[in-house]
Amino acid sequence: MKPDFRSIRIDTERCTGRMKCLRICPTQALRVRNAKAKLLSDRCIDCGECVRVCPNHAFVPQTSSFSDFSGFKYTIALPSPVFYSQFGKDVKPSAILSALKTVGFDDAYDVACASESVSIAIQEYLEANGTPRPLISPFCPTIVRLIQVRYPNLLDNLIPIESPMEIAAREAKRAKMHELGLKENEIGAIYLSPCPSKMIALKNPPRKKHSFLDGVMPIADVYPNMMRALSHSDHTNGKSEIRGLGLGWPIVGGQVASLKAEESIAIAGLTDVMRVFDEIENGKLKDIQYIECHSCPTACVGGSLTVENPYIARGRVLRMVEKYGQEPCQDRQKIRDLYQKNFFSLVGRIAPSPVQPLDEDLSRGIQKMHRRQQTYELLPKIDCGACGAPSCMTFAEDVVKGEAEADECVFLAMKSFESMSTNLLDVVGKHSKKIRGNIAS
Amino acid sequence: MKRVTEKTFSQSFSIVGREFFDAGKVSTEIKTMLKELGVDAGIIRRIAIAMYEAEMNVVMYATEATVTLELSPKAIRIVVDDRGPGIPDVELAMQEGYSTATTEMREMGFGAGMGLPNIKKNADHFRIDSVVGKGTRLEISISMN
Repeated sequence: MKPDFRSIRIDTERCTGRMKCLRICPTQALRVRNAKAKLLSDRCIDCGECVRVCPNHAFVPQTSSFSDFSGFKYTIALPSPVFYSQFGKDVKPSAILSALKTVGFDDAYDVACASESVSIAIQEYLEANGTPRPLISPFCPTIVRLIQVRYPNLLDNLIPIESPMEIAAREAKRAKMHELGLKENEIGAIYLSPCPSKMIALKNPPRKKHSFLDGVMPIADVYPNMMRALSHSDHTNGKSEIRGLGLGWPIVGGQVASLKAEESIAIAGLTDVMRVFDEIENGKLKDIQYIECHSCPTACVGGSLTVENPYIARGRVLRMVEKYGQEPCQDRQKIRDLYQKNFFSLVGRIAPSPVQPLDEDLSRGIQKMHRRQQTYELLPKIDCGACGAPSCMTFAEDVVKGEAEADECVFLAMKSFESMSTNLLDVVGKHSKKIRGNIAS
Repeated sequence: MKRVTEKTFSQSFSIVGREFFDAGKVSTEIKTMLKELGVDAGIIRRIAIAMYEAEMNVVMYATEATVTLELSPKAIRIVVDDRGPGIPDVELAMQEGYSTATTEMREMGFGAGMGLPNIKKNADHFRIDSVVGKGTRLEISISMN
């Protein structure tokens, strides 16, 4: 079976085995073997923590670059609303959008307005569907993947509404096809992304549907040229044509603020997300209507492919929402009508993608679990990582699976040295006494 | 030579009464182990709900409890043995909606009276023995297929 596409690849030339990735990976998907990091693809959820932490940039996001788009007759940039927060204070979103047309794209299309439409669609969906509860936002690909890998029971809680970036790509392409008389495959729609995980929507969408996107470029890659483009004139004055609560989507609580759902909460950061998912699996939180979920602790403004400090970016987003957010960009009734015509609906089920079990056979799996526990009891339980596994428990599991040897643990090796040298000293002691005794007599 | 094969796996956990901070931890640990074994998601959900309810009962009412988990290829068996007040009328406690939860517990979203019936509903085998002033022993099992 062909392994699923993952949005991060390891460049082993660059990896010097510093093990920082090992400790930070939230799903224990990394090992270091022979001083090189190794990715266990079935466990990886594309969160990008390794990309952020590696001092040698050995984790390469599998994103697009300009050369990938040379085959298109026309290109449209679709900046994530995070993009608007990356440049100086008070730079208008509309100025940023038009500057994109000078840095290599033929056109640029706003995604924040699509976020506002999606907020209205979510609200319609919540009102029409009483179960299951709570419904979970599906817009962070890492969260969707986390559910596929670890919480298959929650797949039905993912709200089946299309993401703003897909809606925007579809609408931008339709408009240009009509205006310029081009075919869909002649227009390249490129998302400017805060994180590599958005690449999943293109390469391996969980519902196996067609994507209107043709590329995902890191915000950081477009940033230098944008700085130059924006430095030429004053972009801070006047009204912005880009408006609405969609501008607030990239920060924690942005989705919830754009909804009128009373019992909604926003969670960010994988540790907290997993805690809440465990509670839902235990049958709790049934009185919550909607959960906005982000893999990154500071939500999308903290994505691994952004430039600006996430807290500064968050401040800018809040200011933009205050200035341009109150006036809607969409006609609510029009969006409701579109919702009724399934404009936002996603069809098809998302399949679970569980981590490879201890053993394909349950009874052998149970035996391995027993042996794993026995091995674990011998280990120092300090998760030092020197063996190349992130924790003593994962090391014990690797030993049981035959992927590591017990004496790769420095503490176990030390213990056997100790007993070997005690034996050696015993022997030496005995013999020297005998020999010295001989001399003295 | 006699070959020793371990067909079952067992592990003990402890729960401390009134320790709300850790409430749900044992349920999550057991759930994680079942996921590592590749147990069917539907079975995991039933175990998670039953174990969580049992755990909450201990946290809310008892002093402490020992949880014993036994895994075999055929079934998951869990025994929750607590030291606590016991249940004077088990039949009454088994009725849906019956609860002795305090206002404080209810405000935290517990004690809707669904505890024991909900555990029974999710288990294939259910047995409860209680001695007032001593404690309650709850035994459930869920078949693997």
